[in-house]
Amino acid sequence: MKTEKPFWNPYAAGLVLGLVLLASFVLTGRGLGASGTFKHLGAAALHAADPTWAEDNGNIGSFFSPTRSSLNDWIVWLSVGAAVGGAASALAAGRFRVELLKGPRASREHRWIAAVAGGVLAGFGAQIARGCTSGQALTGGAQLALGSWVFMFSVFAGAYAVAWFARRLWI
Amino acid sequence: MDGPLSQVLKLSHGSEMLISVLVGLGFGWALERAGFGRSTNLTSVFYGRDFRVLRVMFTAIVTAMIGLYFLDLLRILPVSSIGILDTHLWAALVGGLVFGAGFIVGGWCPGTSIVGLVSGKVDAALFIGGLVLGSVLFTLGFGDLRGLQDAGARGRVLLHEALHLSSGSMVFLVALFAIGAFAAVGRIERAVNARGGASRAAAADDDVSAAA
Repeated sequence: MKTEKPFWNPYAAGLVLGLVLLASFVLTGRGLGASGTFKHLGAAALHAADPTWAEDNGNIGSFFSPTRSSLNDWIVWLSVGAAVGGAASALAAGRFRVELLKGPRASREHRWIAAVAGGVLAGFGAQIARGCTSGQALTGGAQLALGSWVFMFSVFAGAYAVAWFARRLWI
Repeated sequence: MDGPLSQVLKLSHGSEMLISVLVGLGFGWALERAGFGRSTNLTSVFYGRDFRVLRVMFTAIVTAMIGLYFLDLLRILPVSSIGILDTHLWAALVGGLVFGAGFIVGGWCPGTSIVGLVSGKVDAALFIGGLVLGSVLFTLGFGDLRGLQDAGARGRVLLHEALHLSSGSMVFLVALFAIGAFAAVGRIERAVNARGGASRAAAADDDVSAAA
């Protein structure tokens, strides 16, 4: 097995991430984001099942136009870039490995279920809040948007509140 | 320049999408190098063991915030020309709580799950399946949930406007807050790890005596 490179110092990583966010503001006027991509994937599936219903839906209707695929959207392309950039970094650092990450006391089956359930909650919560840790907390946090700061503290509060109940998954 | 490059140059949709891919490359690279391709690194912040997540996030926010402040001051990029997020107070509060619960149960957030997936983490793939399902459930129930998404709508409100401060003072205060948070979490980490280390050593002793 190749030895893995160490992770960056967290402040250095934060500085680079902040500069990427700033570059995004300068280049396109948008910040970063991720949950929108999964909303788009779900929307495309709903549209495939029932185009009329999807186009009339208030949450996703605006995604669809006769001229362009709903997936041809900036946030989907940003995620494509993030996947390629993340893969390149993981491979270059010798960190790519197919594995299930969990705490020492968690069973595989519990971790599988928790991963899906956590995804459902996060996907649903991001829809309520119109964004996730990238699209709300990071982007709006740097803009000093009030709602984004409320969201960020709320995310930490929600996670800390549930952490004790989820401890067998992680510690 | 009086706005983002894509607006000033009136870039085509294709060019703008290409820029998004390039920004994404940096985004994914930075997240992976930060250690965010591992759910176990992400969740340890919620057990007080490793505040890497908070350090990276707050440093990134402060960096971009200071950058935006000076770009606005120098009239290179007026803040009014970028997409400032509107505030929906109750939506942010409730959505944040639900999202936070999902974060600790699932072990990822949406951006990091992309990096986890391409790092080979099975739990990231499952989390992504959940994300799509959660978004679809919200869309299916949108008729009843629309009010929640709009709850507490205040339009564009920036922190310094709400607190009646100048933007410069606010930038300074947020940076100061971040530095204070870095100092505080360092102390918490040392306390938790000293105690955790002691109890883990004690547990190991128990195992040895049980074996003996």
